[in-house]
Amino acid sequence: MATGDDAARGTAVLAIGSSDDVVRVRQEVRSRAVAAGLGIVDQTKIVTAASELARNTLIHGGGGTVRVESVSQGVRRGVRLTFEDHGPGIPDINQALKDGFTTGGGLGLGLGGSKRLSNEFEIDSAPGRGTRVTIARWK
Amino acid sequence: MAQNGSGGLAQTVAEHQDEILSEWLALQVSGGALQSGRIKEAELRTQCRTFLDLLRDGLEQGGTDPEAPAFGRAKEVLAEVSRSRGMQGFTPTETAAFVFSLKRPMFNALNRTIEAAAGEGGGAVRAASAATARDTWDVTLLLDQLGLHAMEVFMKAREDIIARQGREISELSTPVVKLWDGVLALPLIGTLDSERTQVVMESLLQTIVDQSAEIAIIDITGVPTVDTLTAQHLLKTVAAARLMGADCIVSGIRPQIAQTMVHLGVELDVTSKATLADAFRVALTRIGRAVVKAPRAEAAAPVAARRR
Ligand SMILES: Nc1ncnc2c1ncn2[C@@H]1O[C@H](COP(=O)(O)OP(=O)(O)OP(=O)(O)O)[C@@H](O)[C@H]1O
Ligand SMILES: [Mg+2]
Repeated sequence: MATGDDAARGTAVLAIGSSDDVVRVRQEVRSRAVAAGLGIVDQTKIVTAASELARNTLIHGGGGTVRVESVSQGVRRGVRLTFEDHGPGIPDINQALKDGFTTGGGLGLGLGGSKRLSNEFEIDSAPGRGTRVTIARWK
Repeated sequence: MAQNGSGGLAQTVAEHQDEILSEWLALQVSGGALQSGRIKEAELRTQCRTFLDLLRDGLEQGGTDPEAPAFGRAKEVLAEVSRSRGMQGFTPTETAAFVFSLKRPMFNALNRTIEAAAGEGGGAVRAASAATARDTWDVTLLLDQLGLHAMEVFMKAREDIIARQGREISELSTPVVKLWDGVLALPLIGTLDSERTQVVMESLLQTIVDQSAEIAIIDITGVPTVDTLTAQHLLKTVAAARLMGADCIVSGIRPQIAQTMVHLGVELDVTSKATLADAFRVALTRIGRAVVKAPRAEAAAPVAARRR
């Protein structure tokens, strides 16, 4: 995942097992985004994307973890988040990314929305194995 | 099944229980356990005696493995002591001292078995020393484990308090306020997650009924993140309010939130205004009121809107 001249500036792994944890994830991501020098709009984007993915991990994935990394590439700084669960996985990723598709009575906007809110988006999921979503937002 | 060496340990504790108890108590008192006034000596004595009895039972039946079921009761009592200390505002150090200050009296009791063997010659002393060294190590491990257990319970109690306070604050910080006859405002502050949103929305709907309100302004200036769940809660509230005959206006959507909502793809199918003041103006217009400028002399108590 990490490219050659990426330097991890600090990593935290947070558990996602309750809606309180989702709040904690948002707070951690917010403070990382501020530390990386992201402006208020970018901060809000990555925090909102984190909120979506954390809640997906909790609700659809049955709980999991997020790895929060402060990253830099040359002079650019940013935040990278990796959400991971060992839940049921997503059978059809393209379908899940479509706006309005939901299996849980949501708006069905979270996954696609978090992709649009991020500079990098990578998803890896297979039925029965679980789901891993990595996003990054750069200054 | 008693583990190797713990039979002797249990016996030592049983034989010296009174000394251990009084030494343990004295150590805690001299360490300042009673100074804060949060606990009386009699209560501390009862806690110590109960725990020591159960610890001895545990040693007799379960060896020195703190995970053994025989230590279940001892751990329960310890958890109770730690939890109540957490609630009463004891420091972590004060709480940990309960278990850790038991070490010295235990070691002293073990050493007394060597002294007792002194009369029986060198061989007996050597055997007693070896047993004591082993027991000392076992006791150390056991009490360390129990100490950690006590700290976990203590921290949990503290976290529960913080969580409860958080919930109390969140309920307090979302009052439904009446701005005018028929016009309500709900200034939301903080996180809009499940439980709290439920409380807030219910109280808004109830107030709409109670006051026959026509318009409810939901102000989200103080909401740091609007994600799909928040949006869904807002949409549901707007729909429910509409069923009850009230229109909602959402105000205080800050620029960064607006941009984020666009990327997310959520559309709030509702009138929205940048500020609460703008929303209030719209509300007044809708109920047939207007804000006019009054001559200063007339305005001993400034009138913002003229009634019919
Ligand atoms: N971690 C995951 N594990 C399993 N399935 C998932 C996971 N994340 C998403 N999905 C699936 O993808 C679908 C779409 O996700 P998306 O976040 O877009 O919508 P949603 O969570 O249903 O609603 P919301 O708009 O509130 O986020 C989900 O309904 C679910 O079926
Ligand atoms: Mg979702």
